Amino acid sequence: MNITQILFWFLTVLAIGSSLMVITSRNPVYSVLSLIVTFFALSGHYILLNAQFLAIVNLIVYAGAIMVLFLFVIMLMNLNAETEPQKNKWLRFAGIIAGGCFLLVMVAALRDADSRAATAMTTYGETGLIQHLGKVLFNEYVVPFEISSVLFLSAMVGAVVLGKKE
Amino acid sequence: MFSLEGLTNSLQQWLNAHFSSTWVLVIESLLVILLAITLFAILGLVLVLMERKVAAHMQIRLGPNRVGPMGMFQTTADTLKLIMKEGLTPDGADKFLFNLAPFVVMIVAMLLLAPIPFAQNFQIWDINIGVLFVSAVSSISVIGILMAGWASNNKYSLLGAMRSGAQIVSYELSAGLSIITIVVLTGSLQLSDIVSSQQNGWWIFKGHIPAFIAFVIFIIAVTAETNRAPFDMAEAESELTAGFHTEYSGMKFALFFLAEYINIFIVCAIGATLFLGGWMPLHIGNLEGFNHIMDYIPSSVWFFGKVFFLIFLIMWFRWTFPRLRIDQLLNLEWKYLLPISMLNLLLVTIMAIMGWHF
Repeated sequence: MNITQILFWFLTVLAIGSSLMVITSRNPVYSVLSLIVTFFALSGHYILLNAQFLAIVNLIVYAGAIMVLFLFVIMLMNLNAETEPQKNKWLRFAGIIAGGCFLLVMVAALRDADSRAATAMTTYGETGLIQHLGKVLFNEYVVPFEISSVLFLSAMVGAVVLGKKE
Repeated sequence: MFSLEGLTNSLQQWLNAHFSSTWVLVIESLLVILLAITLFAILGLVLVLMERKVAAHMQIRLGPNRVGPMGMFQTTADTLKLIMKEGLTPDGADKFLFNLAPFVVMIVAMLLLAPIPFAQNFQIWDINIGVLFVSAVSSISVIGILMAGWASNNKYSLLGAMRSGAQIVSYELSAGLSIITIVVLTGSLQLSDIVSSQQNGWWIFKGHIPAFIAFVIFIIAVTAETNRAPFDMAEAESELTAGFHTEYSGMKFALFFLAEYINIFIVCAIGATLFLGGWMPLHIGNLEGFNHIMDYIPSSVWFFGKVFFLIFLIMWFRWTFPRLRIDQLLNLEWKYLLPISMLNLLLVTIMAIMGWHF
């Protein structure tokens, strides 16, 4: 086993373990923190695939911004294990069935997918690098890309305008 | 001539001659870890002493002057005292997160060292998106602070952590936008490329007024991001006792304290790299003689000189401006700095397209 393989297995175990922690831990703050650990492990996987830009953007957007917002809200509401409301038994049952169905569909869909035969390109692939990504975004997908950036910009300007209103 | 590049190259050659490639990697990683920890310890001692001396100077006092010559070993004595102290964990605290938080803050500070070019060809990891790496990892430190504040189970800690979260998340926008102005001018996210693009002049001079505006905004934003006065709402002694680290004592408190100073060093290093040319010596136009003299100063001296100048600037702020209120702080970011930096980014983009910079 070389270093890449050791890292891969370590990150995989970390990702699966922490995502199990997200749904099993009683305390919502622990759930959010384990979700952050999951994102870190996934970013590690991206770096192993030489997709450095994707890894960092994953960290900025999810771990850095969205999860901080989650933490913020949950910590302010001070949800604890003691104050957790008891969920309906039938609701839980329905949730398990729905989740199981989704798992079944995913397994059925991925069983015959092409990606099974493809091997991951570690540390030398070019696809995830920012030069390649930039060229694809600004050549093939320029219109959707521009539309979504205008959307984000208008959200930012909207926040400023809302803040300016007395 | 002394250079860190020669040192690392000869070390690499020696290791390659004596060990197999896997062991070379392992030994080099261990060396980097050792160097990073040493740098941290030294920086902590030096910067705390520097802060106290600068503060004393600004207030016409002497500052620490008892331990060692000129009080040089004062911080060493303080550190020894903190190591000896008992690390208390409050009864009502969430034990696991309470003890984890200082280490999260510290590890984030350590990760930030990776892409910084300390001297010519002397860099731990020249990642091709270095600037983004810095802004991504620095946004993680807020998680450590939120963990500390929440796990302490203390209203002051929680309030301090919430303030700090709001502050860091919002000031990240301006810091990011001012970093992007330099990225637009350089056309690369790699820190070594950014440094080498300043061969014929630093961006603060080459980029005309917009680059200077970006520099000012960057300094303001990073002062806020590192929770320094006048933006130290997260600790605000007069309102919140000590903010998010109220309940910490002993070495765990020392880790927070150290992380604050390390973060100052790192943001100043980024600022120096982006705007002041990193390890590039100062060159003025066609003055050949002057430029040659400047080249004789080693690149590491240039880098640390610039970084310590910026650190002095940030310390100067602390002892000059009174602390802002939390609403004034957020107003400053969302109503003034963000619109200004967006407009500035537009100007820089036009400038870069038209090729108006030198």
